[in-house]
Amino acid sequence: MKLSVVVLEGPYTHEASDSAYNLIQAALKKGHEINGVFFYHDGVYNVTKFMEPPQDDRHISRRWMELGEKGIDIVVCIAAGLRRGIVDKIQTSNVRISGLGQLAKMILESDRVIVFGD
Amino acid sequence: MNESSEVRNVMVVVRKAPHGTIYVQEALEVMLIVAAYSMNISVVFLDDGVYALKKGQDTSELGSKPFMSAFRALVDWEIEHVYVDRDALKNRGINENELTEIGEDENTGEPVHPQVLSHKEIYKLMQEQHTILSF
Amino acid sequence: MGYLGSEDIVLLIEDGVYAAAAGTVKSGLIEKLLEQNEVYALQADIKARGLEQLIKKVKITDYEGFVDLIEQHTPQSWL
Repeated sequence: MKLSVVVLEGPYTHEASDSAYNLIQAALKKGHEINGVFFYHDGVYNVTKFMEPPQDDRHISRRWMELGEKGIDIVVCIAAGLRRGIVDKIQTSNVRISGLGQLAKMILESDRVIVFGD
Repeated sequence: MNESSEVRNVMVVVRKAPHGTIYVQEALEVMLIVAAYSMNISVVFLDDGVYALKKGQDTSELGSKPFMSAFRALVDWEIEHVYVDRDALKNRGINENELTEIGEDENTGEPVHPQVLSHKEIYKLMQEQHTILSF
Repeated sequence: MGYLGSEDIVLLIEDGVYAAAAGTVKSGLIEKLLEQNEVYALQADIKARGLEQLIKKVKITDYEGFVDLIEQHTPQSWL
């Protein structure tokens, strides 16, 4: 199955980002394809490079960056991002900023789309 | 599984009230884009989401953008399938005639209103969707 | 709950799993739901919250089971 994942909430405050990440790992393990991850609403906060959680906790933006390194398309919505001051230069690597058209494309290209939010 | 050459049925579900949070406003931005990509879009307002379609909203004293005016032009943006849950309206004391229009019929110029449906009818629509986006 | 057909499956995740706890004032709602639908709860979230007594007939699944459910059904997130 070609799956796209939408994340609507920011890191740590809501579990959405963790649930999405864990689901993606399980899907990859089962041999499915992740067509893309789209961050919207406060989800745009998930991939900033200045995140510094405590050493013994998961590093959320790094996790997304690592998925991006594997070739998964990690996209931050430009409209939601700009509104919240999320610009290119504070993004971690292997993620990109794009318009809502990218979400539309993900819907067109995927078999399933799942939304994680509050 | 589905090929992308079929027109996809995509439903946007709004269950939260406007203004206290940004969900309704940003859901509207998604509706406009999905429609622009020629997908067969329906929008359903359930639970507190029905407040988003209430006439007479005025955000001037909040100082925030009056994004809700865009709901009055949904039809112009090719978004015609707009539905509201009947029980949600009733439970919130909202009459159907308090709902905003969503545009004008291009032939007759008559105002178009969202359709008020029962749970069951909305459920049937949900069954027909390729993707359901909740905000 | 008014939007469910008999073929639909409910998966409880995150704080939603609290609904699967037995002996709460809301347990009756889930029991009613179970008369018509299969209800699953995500194991990782159940464990995290230390929920031991679940409503009978609520099934537990892991993330891989979650993936399977998505493959078999069009998901709708009830946020």
